Amino acid sequence: MSVSTIVFWIIAAVVLGSAISVVTAQNLVHAALFMVLTFFGVSGLYVLLEADFLAVVQILIYVGAIAVLIVFGVMLTQRKGMEETNVSSSHKWVTGILVTILMVGFAYAVTRTPWQVSDHAAPESTVGLIGELMLTRFVIPFEIVGILLLVAVLGAIILTKGARRLP
Amino acid sequence: MIITLNHYLLLAAMLFCIGLYAALAKKNAISILMGIELMLNACIINLVAFNRFMAPDMVVGHVFGIFVIALAAAEVAVGLALVLTVYRDLLSVNIDDFNWLKW
Repeated sequence: MSVSTIVFWIIAAVVLGSAISVVTAQNLVHAALFMVLTFFGVSGLYVLLEADFLAVVQILIYVGAIAVLIVFGVMLTQRKGMEETNVSSSHKWVTGILVTILMVGFAYAVTRTPWQVSDHAAPESTVGLIGELMLTRFVIPFEIVGILLLVAVLGAIILTKGARRLP
Repeated sequence: MIITLNHYLLLAAMLFCIGLYAALAKKNAISILMGIELMLNACIINLVAFNRFMAPDMVVGHVFGIFVIALAAAEVAVGLALVLTVYRDLLSVNIDDFNWLKW
């Protein structure tokens, strides 16, 4: 067994274990912290998949921005104590069964499909290639994502503060 | 034992299912947002794994992964703004109380 295989299994255990803890933790703050651990694990997976730039972006945006935003949301919306803040609703068994069926379906589809795997080597560094693609072939989606982020920021501000006509 | 595409796809599928469970079966609106984040993460793992194993010399999967990350950031910003707005009126983040559109 090579080193990267062992690392993959360790990271897979961390990702799945902390993702399950996100669901099962009773305290919502603990769930948010386990979510941060999941994001770190996923970033480790990107390193294994030789996606260096994406691994850094994952930590910057998911851990640095989204996790902090969610913790803010938790802190701003809980009045009383933090115990029992992450409870499941009454139909959790139905959902569990549905999700398990979906997982079996996924596993069947993944294992039965003959993937055409290529044996090319991954590029040494992906940053330059990504930048080139983003500003040539994918320049329109790139601009649209920029507009979308602007609209989302404006929408978030207007939703929380309300829009007023200037006098 | 060599890690193949299937390992990554199955791991992403499991992460997606856990996120789906959180999004469907949780009472707290913020837990639901966390479940959606887990599902989006699983989706990016799929994109990057396909890119690595099927076309490693092109980085199209990475570019789409970055787009998905940007979408996730926009989604969580608007989602939390909605939750906070509703919380101000209802003083609750339990989605069972969110029934204004029910008749």
